[in-house]
Amino acid sequence: MLSNTVVLVKQVLDPELPASRFRIDPERKAPPADLGPELIGPFEQSALEVALQLKDAGATEKLTAIVAGPPASEEALRKALAVRVDEAVRVDTAGADRLDASQTAELLVRAIRRLDSVDLVLAGRQAGDWDQGQVGSLVSERLGWPCVGLVQRAALEDGRVTAWREIATGEEVLSVRPPALLTVTNADSNRLRMARVMDLRAASKRPIVDLGLAELGLDSDQLEAARRIELVDVQVPHSERECELVEGEGAAEIAAALVDRLEERKLLGGPR
Amino acid sequence: MILVAGWSGASLSGAEREAMGAASELREALGLKIAFVGLGGGGEELGGEAGSYGAAKAIVLDAGDELPGPTLLGVLAEVAEELGAPVVLVPGDDRGRELVPSLAERLGGAAITNAVALESAEGAVLWTRPVFGGKALARVRARVEPAVVSVRPGSFAAAAPGGEPAEVEVRSSPPAGEEVRLVSRTPCGDAGPDLEGARVIVSGGRGVGGSEGFGELEELARALGGSVGASLAAVDEGWASPEQQIGLTGRVVKPELYFAIGISGASQHLAGMGGAGTIVAVNTDPNAPIFTAADLGVVIDHRELLPAVIEECRRRAG
Repeated sequence: MLSNTVVLVKQVLDPELPASRFRIDPERKAPPADLGPELIGPFEQSALEVALQLKDAGATEKLTAIVAGPPASEEALRKALAVRVDEAVRVDTAGADRLDASQTAELLVRAIRRLDSVDLVLAGRQAGDWDQGQVGSLVSERLGWPCVGLVQRAALEDGRVTAWREIATGEEVLSVRPPALLTVTNADSNRLRMARVMDLRAASKRPIVDLGLAELGLDSDQLEAARRIELVDVQVPHSERECELVEGEGAAEIAAALVDRLEERKLLGGPR
Repeated sequence: MILVAGWSGASLSGAEREAMGAASELREALGLKIAFVGLGGGGEELGGEAGSYGAAKAIVLDAGDELPGPTLLGVLAEVAEELGAPVVLVPGDDRGRELVPSLAERLGGAAITNAVALESAEGAVLWTRPVFGGKALARVRARVEPAVVSVRPGSFAAAAPGGEPAEVEVRSSPPAGEEVRLVSRTPCGDAGPDLEGARVIVSGGRGVGGSEGFGELEELARALGGSVGASLAAVDEGWASPEQQIGLTGRVVKPELYFAIGISGASQHLAGMGGAGTIVAVNTDPNAPIFTAADLGVVIDHRELLPAVIEECRRRAG
């Protein structure tokens, strides 16, 4: 059995926020803080569910959720506790406005090293905000552990972790020796379960371990030195399309008008 | 040298030719030559082809079989170090996106995933990448070398053949490591529809309502000589296969004509089809975001409209 499976979570702006409401604050080079609701990133939700399934199957003794972020990101840990993660750790980002993937990985690696006997780490394939898809792989490299990406389901078999994944070229089953890291992508089988009401209530009272930079053996200069990417600017592209609504009396008339438009644009003419 | 990595074997894939295209843009900006490393076998012949697409040097492994991730990563890191490449470009398919951060880490470099454009300013290269599910574009710069960059499919012009022959070196593959073992692989029957090359794509989303609805989309696609794609929601529902998914985490397409049927227009989906020539949206909800991304829109139940459009197309075709 694995002793401690860690899930890396992140609190992100709801990715379903409609593009029409999305804005970037040029000063922050990020959306304004109050733009919309935040939630655990969709792929981290999947990672959390894969971890919970490992626990259900008796494959791991303990589950620990870690988030790196400001005090408000505690919200993600409360949600993780509500679906019955055993321990929650917040790594404080020390007021640093935005860390790059390398800096975030550095904090997470140091936090993981402080925990007891971690033998598996699950991360989302990419965070639902900056879409970089880097932190999981960087953490595995720095820990010196093998990494399997785009996993949808995992199980423990004869002391190795079996991982199922579906990539563009087909389905693969891989077997990896722990300690290891898996990045998780969404699938039908790993939609995050709902928390039970009593667990929700209990989660609000559970302790959260806060780790500051000093406890991780870093100061803010060292953290800044770990930065490898400079964000120059962020812009919202405006749509250059203007939508013409095609109308008419009944489906046949609308269809004829639509096909007219397509003919005008010389878009028809393939095999019929 | 700018290093471009590929793994498709026998012949350069579309994504690999696009990575070569991005490298050619950089070659002009940085005044460097291009090297290609082929990790999926392909021998002298692949090396020759890489030369034709602009590589001055090609290193090709002799293995025909795909190496497991960690082994492949080791080889690539070794070659990049040997060449002292300041920029390493990889095709942005599943394997490439996965490889970029790990490779950057081994080389002490900076990882940039999913680049859609590059520009050079005062000797530095700025990379553009979509963020927030495609709702915004960020420009980033590597603070350390090398920059290890995955090139998003469908974003850079593919390199054109006709270059000078490359200096080709075939190397023997290292033995596969034991940390990660491939237990089994079930290739998809075919690679799914050829969406990247399709002139017309008919895509469906949650609003299509079920697998039967997708049958209707197939029929429209046949009438127009196109292929059928899907949104993430429709794939999640099991109405379409994952190979058909168009969007941020799926395929990126640029057909001349794109039908979005019963697709709300989440930015995740728009990120995969925003480059289409003409976009037609069919949706019952007049406020669906897809209408702001479309050229032609019909607010109607597709079950009413599609049979009429199919009939109209057939009638005009005689």
